Amino acid sequence: MNAVATIAVQEIRDGLRNRWIIALTLILAGFALSLTFLGSAPGGNVGASPLLVTVVSLSSLSIFLLPLIGLMLSYDSIIGEIERGTMLLFLSYPVTRSHVMAGKFLGHMTILAFATIVGYGVAGAAAFVRGDVVEGNAITAFFNMTASSILLGGAFLGLGYLISASVRERGTAAGIAIGVWLVFVLIYDMALLAVLVHFSGSIAQGLFQVLLLVNPADAYRLFNLGGFDNVQALSGSIGMMADVKLPVWAMIGVLLAWVVMPLGVAGYLFNRKDI
Amino acid sequence: MSEATLQFIDAGKTYGGKVVLDDVSLTIEQSSVVALVGHNGAGKTTMMKLLLGLIRPSRGQVKVLGADPAGPDGVESRRHLGFLPETISFQGAMTGLDAMNFYARLKRVDLKQNMELLDRVGLADAARMRIKTYSKGMRQRLGLAQAMLGEPKVLLLDEPTTGLDPQLRRRFYDTLSKLKNDGATILLSSHALSELETRIEKVAIMKNGRLIANGSLHDLRNKANIPVRMRLLTRDGSADEIANQLAGVDINLVNGRTVEFSCAAKDKMMILRRVSEIGVAVEDVEIQLPSLDQLYSHYRDEGTVS
Repeated sequence: MNAVATIAVQEIRDGLRNRWIIALTLILAGFALSLTFLGSAPGGNVGASPLLVTVVSLSSLSIFLLPLIGLMLSYDSIIGEIERGTMLLFLSYPVTRSHVMAGKFLGHMTILAFATIVGYGVAGAAAFVRGDVVEGNAITAFFNMTASSILLGGAFLGLGYLISASVRERGTAAGIAIGVWLVFVLIYDMALLAVLVHFSGSIAQGLFQVLLLVNPADAYRLFNLGGFDNVQALSGSIGMMADVKLPVWAMIGVLLAWVVMPLGVAGYLFNRKDI
Repeated sequence: MSEATLQFIDAGKTYGGKVVLDDVSLTIEQSSVVALVGHNGAGKTTMMKLLLGLIRPSRGQVKVLGADPAGPDGVESRRHLGFLPETISFQGAMTGLDAMNFYARLKRVDLKQNMELLDRVGLADAARMRIKTYSKGMRQRLGLAQAMLGEPKVLLLDEPTTGLDPQLRRRFYDTLSKLKNDGATILLSSHALSELETRIEKVAIMKNGRLIANGSLHDLRNKANIPVRMRLLTRDGSADEIANQLAGVDINLVNGRTVEFSCAAKDKMMILRRVSEIGVAVEDVEIQLPSLDQLYSHYRDEGTVS
Protein backbone atom coordinates (compact mmCIF):
# COMPACT_ATOMS: atom_id res chain seq x y z
CA MET A 1 0.00 0.00 0.00
CA ASN A 2 1.46 3.36 -0.91
CA ALA A 3 1.81 6.33 1.42
CA VAL A 4 -1.27 8.22 0.21
CA ALA A 5 -3.53 5.18 0.66
CA THR A 6 -2.00 4.41 4.07
CA ILE A 7 -2.71 7.96 5.26
CA ALA A 8 -6.23 7.92 3.80
CA VAL A 9 -7.04 4.62 5.54
CA GLN A 10 -5.61 6.02 8.78
CA GLU A 11 -7.85 9.08 8.48
CA ILE A 12 -10.91 6.85 7.93
CA ARG A 13 -9.97 4.69 10.93
CA ASP A 14 -9.70 7.86 13.00
CA GLY A 15 -13.15 8.82 11.81
CA LEU A 16 -14.47 5.45 12.98
CA ARG A 17 -12.64 5.57 16.31
CA ASN A 18 -13.77 9.06 17.26
CA ARG A 19 -17.35 8.34 16.07
CA TRP A 20 -17.31 11.15 13.50
CA ILE A 21 -18.51 8.87 10.70
CA ILE A 22 -21.40 7.43 12.64
CA ALA A 23 -22.43 10.86 13.94
CA LEU A 24 -22.39 12.48 10.48
CA THR A 25 -24.28 9.60 8.92
CA LEU A 26 -26.95 9.72 11.62
CA ILE A 27 -27.35 13.49 11.34
CA LEU A 28 -27.73 13.38 7.56
CA ALA A 29 -30.04 10.35 7.66
CA GLY A 30 -32.11 11.94 10.44
CA PHE A 31 -32.63 15.19 8.54
CA ALA A 32 -33.23 13.41 5.26
CA LEU A 33 -35.80 11.03 6.75
CA SER A 34 -37.72 13.77 8.54
CA LEU A 35 -37.77 15.90 5.37
CA THR A 36 -38.97 12.92 3.35
CA PHE A 37 -41.89 12.23 5.64
CA LEU A 38 -42.82 15.66 6.96
CA GLY A 39 -41.94 17.57 3.82
CA SER A 40 -44.11 15.48 1.56
CA ALA A 41 -47.34 16.02 3.50
CA PRO A 42 -48.40 19.12 1.52
CA GLY A 43 -47.10 17.72 -1.74
CA GLY A 44 -49.60 14.91 -1.65
CA ASN A 45 -52.50 17.30 -2.17
CA VAL A 46 -51.12 19.12 -5.17
CA GLY A 47 -49.97 15.92 -6.76
CA ALA A 48 -46.32 16.80 -6.95
CA SER A 49 -43.85 13.93 -7.05
CA PRO A 50 -42.90 13.19 -3.43
CA LEU A 51 -39.34 12.29 -4.38
CA LEU A 52 -38.88 15.58 -6.18
CA VAL A 53 -40.16 17.43 -3.13
CA THR A 54 -37.56 15.53 -1.13
CA VAL A 55 -34.84 16.55 -3.61
CA VAL A 56 -35.77 20.21 -3.24
CA SER A 57 -35.89 20.08 0.56
CA LEU A 58 -32.70 18.03 0.85
CA SER A 59 -30.71 20.28 -1.45
CA SER A 60 -31.80 23.32 0.56
CA LEU A 61 -30.58 21.52 3.66
CA SER A 62 -27.33 20.39 2.03
CA ILE A 63 -26.38 23.95 1.17
CA PHE A 64 -26.11 24.70 4.88
CA LEU A 65 -25.01 21.36 6.25
CA LEU A 66 -22.36 20.00 3.87
CA PRO A 67 -20.16 23.11 3.78
CA LEU A 68 -20.26 23.05 7.58
CA ILE A 69 -19.31 19.35 7.69
CA GLY A 70 -16.54 19.85 5.13
CA LEU A 71 -15.01 22.72 7.08
CA MET A 72 -15.35 20.93 10.42
CA LEU A 73 -13.53 17.86 9.10
CA SER A 74 -10.64 19.77 7.60
CA TYR A 75 -9.95 23.12 9.31
CA ASP A 76 -7.84 21.46 12.00
CA SER A 77 -6.16 18.75 9.98
CA ILE A 78 -2.86 20.50 9.22
CA ILE A 79 -2.44 23.20 11.84
CA GLY A 80 -3.81 20.82 14.50
CA GLU A 81 -1.17 18.20 13.75
CA ILE A 82 1.54 20.83 13.67
CA GLU A 83 0.48 22.19 17.05
CA ARG A 84 0.16 18.77 18.66
CA GLY A 85 3.60 17.87 17.31
CA THR A 86 2.40 14.84 15.39
CA MET A 87 3.28 16.47 12.05
CA LEU A 88 6.99 16.60 12.90
CA LEU A 89 7.02 12.84 13.48
CA PHE A 90 4.80 12.25 10.44
CA LEU A 91 7.20 14.08 8.12
CA SER A 92 10.22 12.19 9.46
CA TYR A 93 8.79 9.21 7.58
CA PRO A 94 9.37 8.59 3.86
CA VAL A 95 6.40 10.71 2.79
CA THR A 96 6.21 14.11 1.10
CA ARG A 97 3.92 16.86 2.32
CA SER A 98 1.86 16.40 -0.83
CA HIS A 99 1.37 12.74 0.15
CA VAL A 100 0.18 13.80 3.58
CA MET A 101 -2.33 16.27 2.21
CA ALA A 102 -3.57 14.03 -0.61
CA GLY A 103 -3.99 11.13 1.82
CA LYS A 104 -5.88 13.20 4.36
CA PHE A 105 -8.11 14.68 1.66
CA LEU A 106 -8.94 11.27 0.22
CA GLY A 107 -9.75 9.98 3.70
CA HIS A 108 -11.98 12.93 4.53
CA MET A 109 -13.65 12.77 1.12
CA THR A 110 -14.46 9.10 1.71
CA ILE A 111 -15.96 9.87 5.11
CA LEU A 112 -18.05 12.66 3.65
CA ALA A 113 -19.19 10.60 0.67
CA PHE A 114 -20.08 7.63 2.87
CA ALA A 115 -22.14 9.73 5.27
CA THR A 116 -23.96 11.50 2.41
CA ILE A 117 -24.67 8.39 0.36
CA VAL A 118 -25.87 6.36 3.33
CA GLY A 119 -27.72 9.24 4.97
CA TYR A 120 -29.56 10.38 1.85
CA GLY A 121 -29.81 6.87 0.48
CA VAL A 122 -31.80 5.81 3.53
CA ALA A 123 -34.27 8.60 2.84
CA GLY A 124 -34.52 7.65 -0.84
CA ALA A 125 -35.09 4.01 0.05
CA ALA A 126 -37.71 4.99 2.60
CA ALA A 127 -39.63 6.93 -0.06
CA PHE A 128 -39.43 3.93 -2.34
CA VAL A 129 -40.60 1.48 0.34
CA ARG A 130 -43.50 3.75 1.23
CA GLY A 131 -44.74 3.15 -2.28
CA ASP A 132 -44.32 6.65 -3.76
CA VAL A 133 -44.78 6.88 -7.48
CA VAL A 134 -41.25 7.42 -8.62
CA GLU A 135 -40.61 8.85 -12.05
CA GLY A 136 -37.35 8.29 -13.85
CA ASN A 137 -36.32 11.92 -13.82
CA ALA A 138 -36.98 12.15 -10.10
CA ILE A 139 -34.49 9.33 -9.55
CA THR A 140 -31.97 11.13 -11.75
CA ALA A 141 -32.54 14.32 -9.79
CA PHE A 142 -32.01 12.43 -6.54
CA PHE A 143 -28.74 10.90 -7.76
CA ASN A 144 -27.51 14.22 -9.07
CA MET A 145 -28.41 15.90 -5.81
CA THR A 146 -26.46 13.30 -3.78
CA ALA A 147 -23.42 13.44 -6.05
CA SER A 148 -23.31 17.23 -6.17
CA SER A 149 -23.77 17.37 -2.38
CA ILE A 150 -20.58 15.33 -2.06
CA LEU A 151 -18.83 17.73 -4.42
CA LEU A 152 -20.11 20.69 -2.42
CA GLY A 153 -18.73 19.11 0.74
CA GLY A 154 -15.45 18.47 -1.10
CA ALA A 155 -15.20 22.14 -2.10
CA PHE A 156 -15.43 23.17 1.53
CA LEU A 157 -13.02 20.41 2.56
CA GLY A 158 -10.55 22.06 0.18
CA LEU A 159 -11.26 25.49 1.65
CA GLY A 160 -10.73 24.00 5.11
CA TYR A 161 -7.30 22.72 4.09
CA LEU A 162 -6.48 26.13 2.68
CA ILE A 163 -7.41 27.71 6.02
CA SER A 164 -5.51 25.05 7.96
CA ALA A 165 -2.34 25.47 5.89
CA SER A 166 -2.29 29.27 6.05
CA VAL A 167 -2.80 30.02 9.75
CA ARG A 168 -0.32 29.88 12.62
CA GLU A 169 -2.76 28.82 15.34
CA ARG A 170 -5.68 26.43 15.58
CA GLY A 171 -7.96 29.03 17.13
CA THR A 172 -7.53 31.30 14.12
CA ALA A 173 -8.41 28.42 11.81
CA ALA A 174 -11.68 27.78 13.66
CA GLY A 175 -12.61 31.47 13.48
CA ILE A 176 -11.85 31.76 9.79
CA ALA A 177 -13.77 28.54 9.07
CA ILE A 178 -16.90 29.99 10.65
CA GLY A 179 -16.38 33.21 8.70
CA VAL A 180 -15.98 31.35 5.41
CA TRP A 181 -19.15 29.39 6.06
CA LEU A 182 -21.16 32.53 6.86
CA VAL A 183 -19.88 34.38 3.79
CA PHE A 184 -20.41 31.63 1.22
CA VAL A 185 -23.65 30.20 2.57
CA LEU A 186 -25.50 33.24 3.92
CA ILE A 187 -23.95 36.65 3.34
CA TYR A 188 -23.01 36.25 -0.33
CA ASP A 189 -26.59 35.58 -1.40
CA MET A 190 -27.99 38.40 0.67
CA ALA A 191 -25.42 40.80 -0.75
CA LEU A 192 -26.16 39.61 -4.26
CA LEU A 193 -29.88 40.07 -3.67
CA ALA A 194 -29.29 43.57 -2.33
CA VAL A 195 -27.24 44.47 -5.38
CA LEU A 196 -29.89 43.03 -7.64
CA VAL A 197 -32.65 45.03 -5.96
CA HIS A 198 -30.64 48.23 -5.96
CA PHE A 199 -29.65 48.06 -9.61
CA SER A 200 -32.90 46.42 -10.62
CA GLY A 201 -32.76 45.60 -14.26
CA SER A 202 -29.56 47.43 -14.98
CA ILE A 203 -27.25 44.59 -14.01
CA ALA A 204 -26.23 42.48 -16.98
CA GLN A 205 -27.54 38.94 -17.09
CA GLY A 206 -24.05 37.62 -17.91
CA LEU A 207 -22.45 39.30 -14.92
CA PHE A 208 -25.19 37.96 -12.67
CA GLN A 209 -24.56 34.44 -13.89
CA VAL A 210 -20.86 34.76 -13.28
CA LEU A 211 -21.49 36.12 -9.79
CA LEU A 212 -23.70 33.11 -9.05
CA LEU A 213 -21.12 30.66 -10.36
CA VAL A 214 -18.27 32.16 -8.34
CA ASN A 215 -19.82 30.83 -5.14
CA PRO A 216 -19.80 27.01 -4.87
CA ALA A 217 -22.98 27.04 -2.78
CA ASP A 218 -24.82 28.96 -5.52
CA ALA A 219 -23.41 26.74 -8.25
CA TYR A 220 -24.81 23.81 -6.28
CA ARG A 221 -28.17 25.50 -5.90
CA LEU A 222 -28.36 26.29 -9.61
CA PHE A 223 -27.44 22.75 -10.51
CA ASN A 224 -30.06 21.12 -8.30
CA LEU A 225 -32.94 23.58 -8.39
CA GLY A 226 -32.59 25.00 -11.86
CA GLY A 227 -31.51 21.94 -13.77
CA PHE A 228 -34.84 20.17 -13.96
CA ASP A 229 -38.10 21.67 -15.03
CA ASN A 230 -40.12 19.68 -12.54
CA VAL A 231 -37.85 20.65 -9.72
CA GLN A 232 -37.83 24.24 -10.83
CA ALA A 233 -41.59 24.36 -10.62
CA LEU A 234 -41.43 23.22 -7.00
CA SER A 235 -38.75 25.57 -5.83
CA GLY A 236 -40.79 28.71 -6.22
CA SER A 237 -38.88 30.75 -3.70
CA ILE A 238 -35.79 30.67 -5.85
CA GLY A 239 -37.71 31.82 -8.86
CA MET A 240 -35.20 34.55 -9.47
CA MET A 241 -32.88 31.91 -10.77
CA ALA A 242 -35.40 30.56 -13.21
CA ASP A 243 -34.03 32.94 -15.78
CA VAL A 244 -30.49 31.76 -15.26
CA LYS A 245 -29.89 29.00 -17.75
CA LEU A 246 -26.43 27.60 -17.54
CA PRO A 247 -25.01 24.45 -19.06
CA VAL A 248 -24.69 21.55 -16.65
CA TRP A 249 -20.95 21.18 -17.34
CA ALA A 250 -20.37 24.76 -16.20
CA MET A 251 -21.97 24.13 -12.83
CA ILE A 252 -20.21 20.81 -12.31
CA GLY A 253 -16.98 22.41 -13.53
CA VAL A 254 -17.30 25.22 -11.02
CA LEU A 255 -17.84 22.77 -8.18
CA LEU A 256 -14.86 20.67 -9.28
CA ALA A 257 -12.70 23.77 -9.60
CA TRP A 258 -13.72 24.72 -6.07
CA VAL A 259 -12.52 21.32 -4.89
CA VAL A 260 -9.19 21.42 -6.74
CA MET A 261 -8.07 25.05 -6.52
CA PRO A 262 -8.14 25.63 -2.75
CA LEU A 263 -6.50 22.24 -2.30
CA GLY A 264 -3.73 23.20 -4.72
CA VAL A 265 -3.04 26.51 -2.98
CA ALA A 266 -3.17 24.72 0.39
CA GLY A 267 -0.56 22.25 -0.88
CA TYR A 268 1.69 25.08 -2.02
CA LEU A 269 1.42 26.85 1.34
CA PHE A 270 1.92 23.64 3.31
CA ASN A 271 5.09 22.86 1.33
CA ARG A 272 6.54 26.23 2.30
CA LYS A 273 5.52 26.08 5.94
CA ASP A 274 8.10 25.81 8.70
CA ILE A 275 7.27 22.88 10.92
CA MET B 1 34.06 1.68 8.24
CA SER B 2 34.59 5.42 8.23
CA GLU B 3 31.99 6.47 5.70
CA ALA B 4 30.40 9.84 6.45
CA THR B 5 26.71 9.22 7.20
CA LEU B 6 25.67 12.64 8.45
CA GLN B 7 27.36 15.77 7.18
CA PHE B 8 26.99 19.47 7.81
CA ILE B 9 29.15 21.45 5.39
CA ASP B 10 29.30 25.11 6.44
CA ALA B 11 25.58 24.79 7.06
CA GLY B 12 23.79 27.87 8.35
CA LYS B 13 20.15 28.70 8.99
CA THR B 14 18.62 32.12 9.36
CA TYR B 15 15.02 32.70 10.44
CA GLY B 16 13.77 36.20 9.72
CA GLY B 17 17.18 37.81 10.12
CA LYS B 18 18.08 35.79 13.21
CA VAL B 19 20.95 33.37 12.82
CA VAL B 20 19.99 30.12 14.54
CA LEU B 21 22.75 28.02 13.04
CA ASP B 22 26.06 29.66 12.26
CA ASP B 23 28.00 27.82 9.56
CA VAL B 24 28.41 24.47 11.26
CA SER B 25 30.73 21.85 9.81
CA LEU B 26 30.33 18.45 11.37
CA THR B 27 30.84 14.96 9.99
CA ILE B 28 29.45 11.91 11.73
CA GLU B 29 30.77 8.59 10.58
CA GLN B 30 28.94 5.33 10.13
CA SER B 31 28.61 3.11 13.17
CA SER B 32 29.10 5.77 15.81
CA VAL B 33 27.16 7.35 18.65
CA VAL B 34 27.44 11.10 18.98
CA ALA B 35 25.84 13.25 21.66
CA LEU B 36 24.69 16.71 20.72
CA VAL B 37 24.94 18.86 23.82
CA GLY B 38 23.86 22.44 24.35
CA HIS B 39 21.43 24.69 26.19
CA ASN B 40 17.95 25.38 24.83
CA GLY B 41 18.12 27.42 21.65
CA ALA B 42 21.69 26.37 20.90
CA GLY B 43 20.59 24.98 17.54
CA LYS B 44 20.22 21.27 18.33
CA THR B 45 16.62 20.96 17.13
CA THR B 46 17.42 23.05 14.04
CA MET B 47 20.18 20.56 13.21
CA MET B 48 17.76 17.65 13.64
CA LYS B 49 15.20 19.33 11.38
CA LEU B 50 17.87 19.96 8.75
CA LEU B 51 18.82 16.29 8.85
CA LEU B 52 15.15 15.35 8.47
CA GLY B 53 14.78 17.63 5.46
CA LEU B 54 11.97 19.58 7.16
CA ILE B 55 13.87 22.81 6.58
CA ARG B 56 16.58 23.74 4.10
CA PRO B 57 19.87 25.32 5.07
CA SER B 58 20.14 29.04 4.27
CA ARG B 59 23.82 28.51 3.47
CA GLY B 60 26.01 25.48 2.94
CA GLN B 61 24.94 21.87 2.64
CA VAL B 62 23.49 19.05 4.70
CA LYS B 63 23.82 15.43 3.64
CA VAL B 64 22.25 12.28 5.03
CA LEU B 65 23.50 8.96 3.63
CA GLY B 66 25.03 10.94 0.77
CA ALA B 67 21.77 12.65 -0.30
CA ASP B 68 20.25 16.07 0.32
CA PRO B 69 17.49 15.30 2.86
CA ALA B 70 15.29 18.14 1.54
CA GLY B 71 15.81 17.10 -2.09
CA PRO B 72 14.02 14.52 -4.21
CA ASP B 73 16.16 11.64 -2.90
CA GLY B 74 15.55 12.71 0.67
CA VAL B 75 12.11 11.10 0.82
CA GLU B 76 13.50 7.68 -0.02
CA SER B 77 16.48 8.05 2.32
CA ARG B 78 14.07 8.63 5.21
CA ARG B 79 13.13 4.94 4.98
CA HIS B 80 16.47 4.27 6.64
CA LEU B 81 16.01 6.88 9.31
CA GLY B 82 14.43 6.75 12.74
CA PHE B 83 13.45 9.89 14.61
CA LEU B 84 12.27 10.60 18.13
CA PRO B 85 11.04 14.18 18.59
CA GLU B 86 11.62 16.05 21.82
CA THR B 87 7.94 16.06 22.72
CA ILE B 88 6.21 13.02 21.37
CA SER B 89 2.47 12.84 20.85
CA PHE B 90 0.17 10.39 19.16
CA GLN B 91 -3.49 10.36 18.30
CA GLY B 92 -4.96 9.16 21.57
CA ALA B 93 -7.74 6.97 20.22
CA MET B 94 -5.26 4.50 18.69
CA THR B 95 -3.75 1.60 20.57
CA GLY B 96 0.01 1.33 20.77
CA LEU B 97 -0.03 -1.49 18.26
CA ASP B 98 -2.29 0.51 15.89
CA ALA B 99 0.24 3.33 15.93
CA MET B 100 3.15 0.98 15.27
CA ASN B 101 1.27 -0.67 12.41
CA PHE B 102 0.50 2.70 10.85
CA TYR B 103 4.10 3.88 11.05
CA ALA B 104 5.41 0.53 9.80
CA ARG B 105 3.16 0.83 6.74
CA LEU B 106 4.44 4.34 6.07
CA LYS B 107 7.98 3.02 6.23
CA ARG B 108 6.99 -0.06 4.20
CA VAL B 109 8.43 -2.53 6.68
CA ASP B 110 7.01 -5.83 7.90
CA LEU B 111 4.40 -5.44 10.64
CA LYS B 112 5.57 -8.65 12.32
CA GLN B 113 8.42 -7.03 14.22
CA ASN B 114 6.09 -4.52 15.91
CA MET B 115 5.23 -6.65 18.95
CA GLU B 116 8.89 -7.41 19.48
CA LEU B 117 9.79 -3.72 19.33
CA LEU B 118 7.05 -2.90 21.82
CA ASP B 119 8.36 -5.65 24.06
CA ARG B 120 11.85 -4.18 23.84
CA VAL B 121 10.61 -0.91 25.34
CA GLY B 122 8.46 -2.69 27.94
CA LEU B 123 5.10 -2.01 26.30
CA ALA B 124 4.11 -5.55 25.30
CA ASP B 125 1.32 -5.66 27.90
CA ALA B 126 -0.01 -2.25 26.90
CA ALA B 127 0.10 -2.90 23.16
CA ARG B 128 -3.67 -3.21 22.85
CA MET B 129 -4.53 -0.34 25.15
CA ARG B 130 -5.48 3.09 23.85
CA ILE B 131 -2.62 5.59 23.86
CA LYS B 132 -4.70 8.11 25.81
CA THR B 133 -4.47 5.78 28.81
CA TYR B 134 -0.64 5.75 28.57
CA SER B 135 1.56 7.61 31.04
CA LYS B 136 4.09 10.15 29.80
CA GLY B 137 6.89 7.62 30.10
CA MET B 138 4.92 5.03 28.14
CA ARG B 139 4.38 7.50 25.31
CA GLN B 140 8.08 8.24 25.25
CA ARG B 141 8.81 4.51 25.03
CA LEU B 142 6.30 4.12 22.20
CA GLY B 143 8.19 6.95 20.51
CA LEU B 144 11.42 5.01 20.86
CA ALA B 145 9.79 1.88 19.47
CA GLN B 146 8.60 3.70 16.34
CA ALA B 147 12.06 5.22 15.84
CA MET B 148 13.56 1.74 15.75
CA LEU B 149 11.16 0.47 13.06
CA GLY B 150 12.86 -1.21 10.11
CA GLU B 151 16.39 -1.35 11.52
CA PRO B 152 17.29 2.24 10.66
CA LYS B 153 20.77 3.17 9.48
CA VAL B 154 20.43 6.58 11.08
CA LEU B 155 18.77 7.33 14.42
CA LEU B 156 18.06 10.92 15.44
CA LEU B 157 16.95 11.02 19.05
CA ASP B 158 15.94 14.25 20.77
CA GLU B 159 16.11 13.74 24.54
CA PRO B 160 15.54 9.98 24.32
CA THR B 161 15.72 8.92 27.95
CA THR B 162 13.26 11.30 29.59
CA GLY B 163 10.58 9.22 31.26
CA LEU B 164 12.57 5.97 31.34
CA ASP B 165 13.27 4.31 34.66
CA PRO B 166 16.86 3.17 35.32
CA GLN B 167 16.25 -0.39 34.15
CA LEU B 168 14.66 0.66 30.87
CA ARG B 169 17.35 3.28 30.46
CA ARG B 170 19.99 0.57 30.65
CA ARG B 171 18.06 -1.53 28.15
CA PHE B 172 17.77 1.49 25.89
CA TYR B 173 21.53 2.06 25.89
CA ASP B 174 22.13 -1.66 25.33
CA THR B 175 19.85 -1.46 22.30
CA LEU B 176 21.79 1.56 21.06
CA SER B 177 25.09 -0.33 21.33
CA LYS B 178 23.61 -3.23 19.45
CA LEU B 179 22.29 -0.98 16.68
CA LYS B 180 25.64 0.78 16.55
CA ASN B 181 27.52 -2.49 16.25
CA ASP B 182 25.20 -3.45 13.41
CA GLY B 183 26.34 -0.32 11.60
CA ALA B 184 23.79 2.31 12.66
CA THR B 185 24.75 5.93 13.14
CA ILE B 186 23.15 7.53 16.16
CA LEU B 187 22.90 11.21 16.97
CA LEU B 188 21.23 12.01 20.25
CA SER B 189 20.71 15.21 22.11
CA SER B 190 20.49 15.15 25.84
CA HIS B 191 20.59 17.20 29.00
CA ALA B 192 21.29 14.13 31.13
CA LEU B 193 25.03 14.44 30.65
CA SER B 194 26.08 12.23 33.52
CA GLU B 195 24.32 9.16 32.14
CA LEU B 196 25.73 9.72 28.64
CA GLU B 197 29.29 9.63 29.85
CA THR B 198 29.86 5.91 29.85
CA ARG B 199 27.69 5.33 26.79
CA ILE B 200 28.98 7.57 24.08
CA GLU B 201 32.26 8.09 22.32
CA LYS B 202 31.84 11.49 20.81
CA VAL B 203 30.36 14.79 21.82
CA ALA B 204 29.45 17.86 19.80
CA ILE B 205 28.87 20.92 21.96
CA MET B 206 26.67 23.69 20.58
CA LYS B 207 26.36 27.25 21.80
CA ASN B 208 24.25 30.01 20.22
CA GLY B 209 24.08 28.17 16.91
CA ARG B 210 27.81 27.51 16.73
CA LEU B 211 29.69 24.27 17.16
CA ILE B 212 32.19 25.08 19.90
CA ALA B 213 33.70 21.67 20.53
CA ASN B 214 33.61 18.33 18.81
CA GLY B 215 35.51 15.12 19.42
CA SER B 216 35.90 12.10 21.63
CA LEU B 217 35.47 12.58 25.36
CA HIS B 218 39.16 11.75 25.80
CA ASP B 219 40.30 14.43 23.35
CA LEU B 220 37.98 17.00 24.78
CA ARG B 221 39.28 16.31 28.31
CA ASN B 222 42.86 16.74 27.17
CA LYS B 223 42.12 19.93 25.28
CA ALA B 224 40.09 21.41 28.11
CA ASN B 225 42.89 20.60 30.53
CA ILE B 226 40.58 20.53 33.51
CA PRO B 227 42.48 19.35 36.60
CA VAL B 228 42.03 15.73 37.63
CA ARG B 229 41.13 15.34 41.31
CA MET B 230 42.69 12.56 43.38
CA ARG B 231 42.07 11.45 46.91
CA LEU B 232 44.39 9.12 48.83
CA LEU B 233 43.15 7.07 51.73
CA THR B 234 46.14 6.58 54.02
CA ARG B 235 47.01 4.50 57.04
CA ASP B 236 45.93 6.18 60.28
CA GLY B 237 48.14 9.15 61.15
CA SER B 238 50.37 9.14 58.09
CA ALA B 239 48.42 11.69 56.01
CA ASP B 240 50.73 14.58 56.87
CA GLU B 241 53.81 12.56 56.14
CA ILE B 242 52.51 11.49 52.75
CA ALA B 243 51.50 15.04 51.89
CA ASN B 244 55.10 16.09 52.56
CA GLN B 245 56.45 13.36 50.31
CA LEU B 246 54.39 14.66 47.40
CA ALA B 247 56.43 17.83 47.10
CA GLY B 248 55.51 19.98 44.14
CA VAL B 249 51.93 18.70 44.03
CA ASP B 250 49.15 21.19 44.68
CA ILE B 251 47.62 19.67 47.86
CA ASN B 252 44.07 20.84 48.58
CA LEU B 253 43.25 19.14 51.80
CA VAL B 254 44.94 17.00 54.42
CA ASN B 255 42.50 15.59 56.93
CA GLY B 256 43.47 12.73 59.24
CA ARG B 257 43.34 9.75 56.89
CA THR B 258 42.81 11.50 53.55
CA VAL B 259 44.96 13.62 51.26
CA GLU B 260 43.22 15.42 48.41
CA PHE B 261 44.90 17.17 45.51
CA SER B 262 44.38 18.01 41.86
CA CYS B 263 46.75 17.82 38.93
CA ALA B 264 46.82 18.45 35.20
CA ALA B 265 45.55 15.54 33.10
CA LYS B 266 48.97 15.02 31.52
CA ASP B 267 50.67 14.68 34.93
CA LYS B 268 48.22 12.07 36.18
CA MET B 269 50.36 8.98 35.48
CA MET B 270 53.54 10.59 36.78
CA ILE B 271 51.87 11.38 40.08
CA LEU B 272 50.32 7.92 40.33
CA ARG B 273 53.78 6.41 39.97
CA ARG B 274 55.06 8.59 42.81
CA VAL B 275 52.08 7.60 44.95
CA SER B 276 52.72 3.92 44.38
CA GLU B 277 56.37 4.40 45.42
CA ILE B 278 55.21 5.61 48.83
CA GLY B 279 54.23 2.04 49.59
CA VAL B 280 51.79 0.47 52.03
CA ALA B 281 50.96 3.74 53.82
CA VAL B 282 48.56 4.51 50.92
CA GLU B 283 45.62 2.15 51.24
CA ASP B 284 43.43 3.37 48.40
CA VAL B 285 43.32 5.90 45.54
CA GLU B 286 40.25 7.59 44.09
CA ILE B 287 40.57 9.39 40.77
CA GLN B 288 37.90 11.77 39.58
CA LEU B 289 38.10 12.64 35.90
CA PRO B 290 36.32 15.80 34.80
CA SER B 291 32.70 14.85 34.13
CA LEU B 292 30.85 15.63 30.94
CA ASP B 293 29.01 18.27 32.96
CA GLN B 294 32.29 19.98 33.78
CA LEU B 295 33.53 19.65 30.23
CA TYR B 296 30.31 21.14 28.93
CA SER B 297 30.51 24.08 31.34
CA HIS B 298 34.15 24.59 30.42
CA TYR B 299 33.55 24.77 26.68
CA ARG B 300 30.35 26.74 27.07
CA ASP B 301 32.07 29.41 29.16
CA GLU B 302 35.13 29.44 26.98
CA GLY B 303 32.94 29.68 23.90
CA THR B 304 35.72 29.39 21.36
CA VAL B 305 36.17 26.84 18.64
CA SER B 306 38.89 24.42 19.56
